[in-house]
Parts: sequence; C-alpha cells; structure tokens
Amino acid sequence: MPDSLWSQDSVIHARGLTKRFGAFTAVDGIEFDVAPGEAFGFLGPNGAGKTSTMRMIGTVSPVTAGTLTVFGLDPAHHGAQIRSRLGVVPQADTLDNELSVLENLLIYGRYFGLSWGESRRRAGELLDFVQLTERSGDKVEPLSGGMKRRLVIARALINEPEMLLLDEPTTGLDPQARHLLWDRLYRLKQRGVTLCLTTHYMDEAEQLCDRLVVMDKAKIVAEGSPRQLIERYVTREVLELRFNHEGGEAGDGIGGGGAAGLAGADRSTGEGADFDGQLAGLAERIEHLPDRLLVYTADGDATAAAAFERGLRPASVLVRRSSLEDVFLRLTGRSLVE
Amino acid sequence: MMAASTPEAARRGLPFGLTSHSSFRVLEHDLLVFRRGWHSYILSGLSQPFLYLLSMGVGLGYYVNRNGGIPGGVPYLDYIAPALLVTQAMMVASAESAWPLMSKIAWEKTYLAALNTPLGATSLLAGDLMWIAFRATLISVLFFAVILLFGAVSSPLAILAIPVALLTAMSFAAPIMAFTATQETDQPFNMLFRFGITPLFLFSGTFFPIENLPLFLRPLAWFTPLYHGVSLARGLSLGQIDPVADLVHLAVLIAFVAAGLVAARITFRRRLEV
Amino acid sequence: MNALRLSVPAAVTRPTRMVERNLLVYRRTFMVIFSGFFEPLFYLFSMGFGMGALIGAVQLDNGSSVPYAVFVAPALLASSAMNGAIYETSNNFFYKLKYAKLYDAVIATPMSLSDVARGEILWALLRGSLYVVGFLAVIAVLGIGGLGLISSPLGILAFPAAMVVGFGFAGAGMAASTFVRKWQDFDILQLAIMPMFLFSGTFYPITAYPPALQVFVQCTPLYRGVHLIRALTTGTPDLWMAADVAYLLVMGLIGLWIVAKRLNRLLLA
Repeated sequence: MPDSLWSQDSVIHARGLTKRFGAFTAVDGIEFDVAPGEAFGFLGPNGAGKTSTMRMIGTVSPVTAGTLTVFGLDPAHHGAQIRSRLGVVPQADTLDNELSVLENLLIYGRYFGLSWGESRRRAGELLDFVQLTERSGDKVEPLSGGMKRRLVIARALINEPEMLLLDEPTTGLDPQARHLLWDRLYRLKQRGVTLCLTTHYMDEAEQLCDRLVVMDKAKIVAEGSPRQLIERYVTREVLELRFNHEGGEAGDGIGGGGAAGLAGADRSTGEGADFDGQLAGLAERIEHLPDRLLVYTADGDATAAAAFERGLRPASVLVRRSSLEDVFLRLTGRSLVE
Repeated sequence: MMAASTPEAARRGLPFGLTSHSSFRVLEHDLLVFRRGWHSYILSGLSQPFLYLLSMGVGLGYYVNRNGGIPGGVPYLDYIAPALLVTQAMMVASAESAWPLMSKIAWEKTYLAALNTPLGATSLLAGDLMWIAFRATLISVLFFAVILLFGAVSSPLAILAIPVALLTAMSFAAPIMAFTATQETDQPFNMLFRFGITPLFLFSGTFFPIENLPLFLRPLAWFTPLYHGVSLARGLSLGQIDPVADLVHLAVLIAFVAAGLVAARITFRRRLEV
Repeated sequence: MNALRLSVPAAVTRPTRMVERNLLVYRRTFMVIFSGFFEPLFYLFSMGFGMGALIGAVQLDNGSSVPYAVFVAPALLASSAMNGAIYETSNNFFYKLKYAKLYDAVIATPMSLSDVARGEILWALLRGSLYVVGFLAVIAVLGIGGLGLISSPLGILAFPAAMVVGFGFAGAGMAASTFVRKWQDFDILQLAIMPMFLFSGTFYPITAYPPALQVFVQCTPLYRGVHLIRALTTGTPDLWMAADVAYLLVMGLIGLWIVAKRLNRLLLA
C-alpha cells in the first residue's frame, strides 16, 4: 500500500523514526502504522526502545529523526492538540498522592479543559467502569497496585480519548488484577478506542493485540498478528524433552547448565550434536537448553514417537502448542537483558 | 550497617537500653550519615553565627547602643551573643527531633529496618538523643568560636554557655521527640514551629529584655525553657552570677529534659514495639 | 476546530488549573496556609515593639526620623513576600517535580510545561497575597489605634508592590530549584537568602555601612523590594521606585524563562 494512503488513515504513522540520547540510540529508524480501532502492541525485552517510542507518540519526547504523525498531526508543532485526544497510562503510576481517588480524576479533567460539572460526571462513570466507586473518597497511597493501575486507566479516559497509550499496563499485578484489566481494555476496544501498548508478557500480547511488532535493540525485528508471527517464526507445536542427566544418553552437556549454560542460546553444535543426529529429519529446528531440548515440529506426538523408536529415552515428554513466547525468544535471544 | 551482633537476649536483659551497646549503633548510623555531609554542617555552623552576630549584634547593636543601650550598660553584641548561641542550639535540636525523626519512623522507615535487628525502641531513642546532643554541641562550639572572634565575652565563665546550650537544646529535643513519635504526618510540625518555636525565638529575651514585653506576656516567658537557658547563659557570659536565679534556671531546664525523656520513652515504645 | 478552542484563551486559563489543583490539596490542610499569616506578625511585634523600645527612632533615606516600628514594618512585609515565594517554589516545587512526579502526569494532557511553571508561580503569589493582605490589615488597624505604621495613602500600593516582590523571588527561586539535585542543595539557596534578610536594610538603615558596601547592598533584590515598600508605607516616594519594580519584574521573567528551558530538559528528554 502506498505511503500517502496509509498516513491519511493511520492514527499513528512512523517512518525512519529515531530517538537518540547523546551517543546512545534508543529507537533506530523504525516504521509502522496503527489503524483506527486497532489494538497494536510493541513486544520486546527491557531496553528495546518501547518506552522511548511511546513517549514520542505521547509528544513528551521530541523525535530525533524521521517522520512521526499522530492523528495526522506533527508532535513537534501540535503537541497539545494531540495530547487532548490521547489517553496515557505510563509505566509508573504518577498519581497525585496529595489528592483523593475522585479528585485525581476531577483535576485531570480540568487539565484537559473540561468544566467541573462535566469532569464530575465523567469521573463518576469512570470510577464505576474501573470498579473503584467505593474508594472514591480515599487517598491514593493505600490502594493496591491493581487499583492504582485501574485508577490510572480511568484517569487516561477522562478526556474520552480516541487512542489509549499503555506502557506495560499489567507489570507487577497479580493474576486477578491482570484479567480484570484485560477485560476493561477489551471493552474499550469494542467501543472503538484505538489501543497502543507495550508489554513483555506474551499472553497479554496474544489476548489484546490485533497486530504487533517485536522490537529488539532499538529496531523492529518482526511484524504481524500473533498467529502470523507464530506461523512465520516457529512451528505449530513444540516437543519438550527432558533428560535425566545422570543417565547415559543425556550426560553430554544437557543439565550441566550453570549460568554459562543459560546464557548460551541455541547451541545446535558441540556437545548437543549427538541429539541432532538422532533427531535428524524429525524436526524443523532443535534448541538445546541447559535442562531440556526444544524440538520444533508440526506434530509433536508423532515426533515423540519417532524419537522413541530411534532409541531416545527422555525422563519426561511434553507436547504443547507453540506460543508467542517461542517467537519472542527466537527473535530476541535467550540471554538476559538487564 | 545497622545489623548489630548483640544477641537478642542481651537487649532484653538490660533495663533501659541506655547502657547497652545497641544505642551506640544507632548513633554510629547517624554519624555515618553525618560523615557524608559534615562540611555543610560546619559551613552553616560557622556562617550562621557570623552573619547573625554581624547583622544583629554589630549592625542593629550600633543603633541600640546609640540610643542608650541595654539597661546596665552592656554592649548589645555582648548581650545578644550568648542568647543567640543558646537559641541556635535549640532551633537545630528542635528541627532534628521533628522532620528527620518522622522520616526514620514513617517515611524512609529506617527504624523499621533497625527493629529487625536486636535494637529496640529504647535503644533507638537513646541513640538519636545522643545524635541530637552531638549536633547541638557541635553547633554551640562553632558558635562560641565565632563569639570569641567578635570578642563578645566578658568572663571566662562564658564557655559554660556551651553546656547550657546543650541542656536547653535537649529540653526541647526530648519533648518534641516524644511528640513526633505520636504523629502520622508532618503537618503538626508546621504548627509547632509557627506557634511554638518561632515565637519563643522572638519573645524569650533573646533580642531584648522581657521587661519590654507587655505585662501579661512576661509570665509566659518564665514557663519556657528557652528563657531560662538564655538567662543562664547570658549571666555566665557577662559574669553576672545570681546563684538563686541561676539554680532556678538550671532546675527548670533539667525538669524539662527529664519529663521529655520519660514521655519519649513511653511514646517510642508505644509506636515501635507493637 | 479543536485547535482553535485550545490555542486562544489557553495561555491564560491553563495555568489556573495548577492553582485549582493546589486548592484541592490545601482544602484539607487549610491551617498550614492560615498559620503562615502569623509569622510576619510575630516578627513585627518582636522587632517593631520589643526592639523599638531599645532603638527609638531611625532616619529614613530622606533624612526624616521615624519610630523604629514604622521603619521595620515595610521591610518585614517585603521579607515575608520573599520568604513565601521562595518556600513555595523551592521545597514544595522540588517535591512535586522530583518526588511526587506530579508534572510528568500533567504534561500528558494539553497542559504545557510553561503552563505548569506559570501556574505554580501564580499559586505562590495568590498564597502570598493572603499574608500580605493580612499583614497590611494589621498594621492599618494598629494605625487606627494611634501607632501609625502606615503614614501615607500611598501605603495601599504596598499590596501590588509586595506582589511584585513575590513574583521576582518566585521566578528566581523556581529557576534555582530546577538545578537542585538533592534536598541538601537548598542549603546553598539559604546561604543567599539569609544574608539578604539580615543585611538588606531590613532591620537598620544601610547608612551604617561603608559606601562601597552600601552600593553592593543596593544591588540586591531584597533591598530593592524593601526600598519600594518602605517608600510607599512611609510616604517617601522617589524615582528609584521605578528601578525597584523593573529589577524585580525582570528577575521574575528571567527566572520563568530559565524554568521553561530547564523543565524541557528535565521532563521532555
């Protein structure tokens, strides 16, 4: 599709978008478009450049190079107009601890130029929406992490935004709180609000995102729907074989894993080569982890049976559908990112 | 840093915590913090008295002396110097017993961490009292050095203004610490300083004899420890000893310290040992 | 359409929303604000009357003699305007900027950083105006009681004059706060404030100083503020008052300009 067409319809349009802090490049010439009503995700390890990208979209961080338009407007010149149509849920809660729950919403409405009356009306509805009506008179400080995050989402909705920017919306929340939050975000999407979020939770990306990009080291390394990415980068199923490393076959390198074993990604040569030989032709790809083998295959059960016939005797066998997590690790590596 | 090796049993066995080593560990912690910022303490400890004595003692003093001076013919600088010394120690000790203590109890919660070690509430209290005493002494010694620089002493007894300042400082610190341990926010401190400490600074005979106050205000000054501290230090500094009055001054100061200590011990334990 | 609605009156209306936010906060802690009213009064009674008895009369710039209380009252008003502005724009502003991260949330809305800066300074001035009005009311009442601390109808202009003093110091104080990294750094700010409070002709005429020192003191902002307000309350206006006003306004504006630059660097990285 030609660029010009995209930029007219896109809520966000980025070409060669770059952010540098001194000599450090946080975002390196990325290109993407977000369509109205879409739920779009940035997936990536810490330090991949997700938050920097979000801050540029939110017009609180100037673009170093490249093109970025939000609602067809240039953040450098129309920051206030863009922000008036955005809702932002930052990574840290940034609630006003000197004010009550309700007052946090009221004054935020005022920052957007709503009248007190209108602000009050919307605040009431939103507290209901995020199930905080009972806490409306309370201080913010004693609220739980999940409640605070819900309050931040309510705050981001006070201006009835066309798009919600969410930077790691569920990091640090317990499972109940995450599911409640996902439910509310899904409802917003149903109402036509565009969602743009970052996450490093695969289940969250699969739950929420129509389309996502995987970022690594300041660049976009893959793009597509969760399903497309899985089809493109991994097989339908994964067979996990765990060997008792005291026993004969698996002694070689498997289970020897200390920190060094963990850090070494995808070692398909060396000590593990024996297995590759034994499994040759059965799998598209084999990955050696310190404690187990991951065998990428279309049919896990069949591959397991074939491996057994060739004399492999794993201590445990697990067949599962492959997930975004497999895609993610394939694309961004297994070494720890700090 | 604060993890004491003293066994739990040792703490329980000691009656007041004051004699145990544990309170010194609290002091050690404060001193460690102090070590990082000592130059700023010294700088303000010298610059403040210098500026105050120059402005109030010399500058304002010029106009006071020109107009007949203090009754009794004392130069205004000599009159105000020991009083400012005591007042300064009192201010520092009062402030230190309010916000920084609040921070240790409620904001940064260093006390909570300390309570996980064998340190108990009484050790924390004793340690911080020592710390405040240390700061008040340091301030007083520096102040006295500046007074000497201005030549504003008329008697060798003047050096006793330092222990008097320390005693006055503690007569504020102990009750305020007791009060702090009962508070949840720092808002009451604003009130305490606005309506307590600042008026005392202005009306306790520091700058002018309380005889210049309206008649109904004078008895109020008698009930404040600052007035007694200032009077005692001034008498010593000017070499004007009045044994009976001075003993009364001393007794009042000691009474305030003692009452403050008892109260602080109760409120600290109530707050921290729950 | 949206753009139009935002751009025209926004420069005026947006800063007031910071004031509204502060009013919401202080609604609950009204006493903290209210109590600030007493501090200059305590100083007035202590210095004006307690010290006044020791000092008697002092000479104004024009050579006329006035009771010490008349001399010191306008200086206490100027100092109070300075202290109020500095307190609000140093400790309070720094807390909101660095610890509460308040402004990070505010700038995600159509509010800009200069809206934030102007709003906080407006708030500091409004808060200060309460104390100024209170102080002026008290010395006016004392005047009716025969103590005559304001000896000229020009004294009514002491109110806007105190606001100008507040603006100058609020801008400068906030600018200084944007360079502060930790609480102890405010000691350095105090090192500038305290000598000004003690030596700017606040407590006694600067004619006691050697001529060179007099010129130096005359160049400090608090001296200008004291001069301005004293000229009004004692009814001794002179041309220097124009310099006073210009000095303080320019100081405040430069402060605001620095604040906008610095906040851009701090928050819009």
